[in-house]
Amino acid sequence: MLNPLFWLQAISLAFSQIWANKSRAFLTALGIIVGVASTTAVIAALTGLRARVLTEFESVGASKFFVFPDRPDNAPRNLYPFEKIRVRPEEALAIKEECTLVKAVTPITEVGLDVQQGDKIIDGITVAGIWPDWHVVQNRFVVEGRPFTQIDEDRERQVCLINSDAITELNLPSNPISESILIGGRRFAIVGVVETTQARFFGMNTSSAEIFIPFSVAAKMQDRNFFMRVEGLFTSPDVAEDGQEEVRFVMRRMRGVLPGGVETFNVAAIDRFIEQFKALAAGITAIAGGIVGISLLVGGIGIMNIMLVSVSERTREIGLRKAVGATPMAILLQFLLEAVTLCLVGGFIGIAVGRLAAFGLTKIPGAQLDQADIPLWAVALSFAFSAATGVVFGMFPAIKASRLDPIEALRHE
Amino acid sequence: MAEAASTASSRSAALIEVRALTKIYKVGVETIHALRGLDLAIGRNEMVAIMGSSGSGKSTLMNMLGCLDRPTGGSYLLNGRDVSRMGAGELAQVRNEEIGFVFQSFELLPRQTALENVELPLVYAKGGGRGRRARALAALDRVGLASRVHHRPNQLSGGQRQRVAIARAILNKPSILLADEPTGNLDSATTTEILALFRQLHAEGQTVVIVTHEDEVASHCQRVVRLRDGRVLSDLPVAQDSAGRHLPGVSALAGAKGGAEC
Repeated sequence: MLNPLFWLQAISLAFSQIWANKSRAFLTALGIIVGVASTTAVIAALTGLRARVLTEFESVGASKFFVFPDRPDNAPRNLYPFEKIRVRPEEALAIKEECTLVKAVTPITEVGLDVQQGDKIIDGITVAGIWPDWHVVQNRFVVEGRPFTQIDEDRERQVCLINSDAITELNLPSNPISESILIGGRRFAIVGVVETTQARFFGMNTSSAEIFIPFSVAAKMQDRNFFMRVEGLFTSPDVAEDGQEEVRFVMRRMRGVLPGGVETFNVAAIDRFIEQFKALAAGITAIAGGIVGISLLVGGIGIMNIMLVSVSERTREIGLRKAVGATPMAILLQFLLEAVTLCLVGGFIGIAVGRLAAFGLTKIPGAQLDQADIPLWAVALSFAFSAATGVVFGMFPAIKASRLDPIEALRHE
Repeated sequence: MAEAASTASSRSAALIEVRALTKIYKVGVETIHALRGLDLAIGRNEMVAIMGSSGSGKSTLMNMLGCLDRPTGGSYLLNGRDVSRMGAGELAQVRNEEIGFVFQSFELLPRQTALENVELPLVYAKGGGRGRRARALAALDRVGLASRVHHRPNQLSGGQRQRVAIARAILNKPSILLADEPTGNLDSATTTEILALFRQLHAEGQTVVIVTHEDEVASHCQRVVRLRDGRVLSDLPVAQDSAGRHLPGVSALAGAKGGAEC
C-alpha cells in the first residue's frame, strides 16, 4: 500500500525534524542516552570482571576438585576429633585407583620447615609433599631438570623441586640441578625447577619461594596425624558432577559411612564456584536491566511529550498531507517512525557514551578490568529497547495525529 | 426536487453529481444544518465558481467535493463512483488521485524546496514515485516556475508560492482542481496572474472549481453557483450572474484584462 518513496521521505523527514530541533531533540533523548549509557557501562564492567574471574578460575582449572576434612554442621567437636576426620594417604590412593572419572590426583601436605643452603638459612618456608601427578593437577611443570617419579615416591628419596623465587632467596646458582639443600635438617638433592605461575587467585599470591618434596618423605617428617588434603582433576569439566559423586562414593566406602550416615569430608569442585559467580553476574545484569527499564520509561515519557508537541506544532502540515492523499495509516507510521528514530539516535549516543565509559574502566589502574567491553548482544538489546520505547511511547501521539480531521487541521492556527 | 432531477439528468455525463446532500454538525447541544438537500452537477472541463456568504454552506460543500468530509445524507458521485460512504483510507486515495487542492494560504512545507513540495502527493500515491522528478518538473514548468525549482517557500513571492501549490495540485492529473479562495492572500496584480493560470489550465482541459466570495474572481469562470442556507440559490452562466459585470466589455474596470473568454 505504501510505496518506497513514502518510507524514504518519512525517514528523511524524521532526521530533518531532529536536525531542525537539535537541542530539543537532545534534551528529549537525554533520558534514553543516560539509561543506555549507564546500563551498557555496567554490563561492560561486568563483562570485564567476569572475564577476569573466569580466567582466574581457568588458571586453577575448571575440572579441578578438592577433598578435605569437614565436620558435619552443628556436630559437637569432641564427637569428631581431627584424628578421626583427617584425610589419609590411603584415601588418596583409593581415589587414584578406583575413580574412573579422575585423570590425576595428588595428596598435598604442607609443613613449615627451616631451609639451609650454605650459610643462608630461611626459617619456616612452606614445604609441600606431593605425588608426581601434582604437575598435571596444578598444570605446573618443570622448566629445568626432571619432575618427581613414582620411584622417588616409593623409595622415599630425599629429592626436591624448587621454584625460581626459592633459587633467588637461597642464593643458589641459576642452574641449581644436583645442588643440595638442608630441609628440616635433612639433605635433599635438587632435581628440578618448577615454573613459577603468576596465578593470582583473588589476590592470593602463590609466587613466593616454594619447595616440593615427595609426599612419602613429607609424611615421615611430620606427626602421625598430619594434615593433608587431596587435589585432583576430572577427565573433563563436563563430568565434574558425576566425578564428584564418584569421589564421594569412594570416600564413604573408605570411611565406612552407611547410607544416611554423616559425611566427615567434603568434595568440592571449582565448577561450582564458577556457577555461583555466573549466577551472581546474571543477578547484577538483571539489576542493570531493571535500571535501563526505568530510565527508558522516564525517557519514553519525554519522547511522548515532545511528540505531542510536534503533532500540535505541525497540525496544518498533517492537514495538508491528508488533503493530498495521506491515509491515517501513513500519518501514523510517519510519526511513529519519527519517535523511533529519535529513540534510536538516543540509543546510539547512549551506546557511544557507554563505550567511552567502558574504555575509561579499562584505564583505571588496579581495577584489572582491562577486558571491560560492551558485548554485541548488549548493543543489539540497547537498540531493540530504544526502538521499542519509540514504538510504545510514540504510539499515542501518532494515533492522535492520524485521527486529526483534515478540515480542522487545515484551519488550525 | 423536480428541478433537481431535471438538472441532474441534463448533465448525465457529469464529473461531479451531488444529490440531496445534507450535512448536520452537532456543536454541543446545538445542531447546525450546514447543507440542506443540495443538488449540483458539474461536467468535465467546466470552470465553476461557488459563491455565498459565510454560513451559506460553501465551505462545507467544498469539503464534501474535496472528499475531506462525508455528508450526513444524500449522495455524491465523483467520476461515477459514490464517495459519500467511503472510509477514511479510501477517501485519502480518492483525494490523492482525483482532487487537486489549492488553498488560500498555500500550505507549502517551509523546509522543503518547491520541487519537493510539488512531489508530495506522489509520496502517498499508490503506484509510487516512478518518474517523479520529471513529473514534478513538468508541473512546475506548466505553472511557469521552471527556474525556481530549488527555492524554498520563504525565497518565493506570494504569487510564486501559489504557483507551486497549483503545480502540486495538478501533479497527479486530478479530475478536479479545487481552489478555496486561491487569491485571498494575494495582491490584485498577482490575483490576475493566478486567475489567468487557472484559465490556462482550464483551456488545457482541466476541470476547475473555485470557491470564492469575490465577484471579480468568479467572473473568470464560466458558471457561477450561489448558495444560501445550505441550498443552491442560483446556478447561472457567468454572463447572466451579477458577477458578470466584471466581464470585459461589461465593466470598464475589467477592460484592461482582455481576451477573457469565460
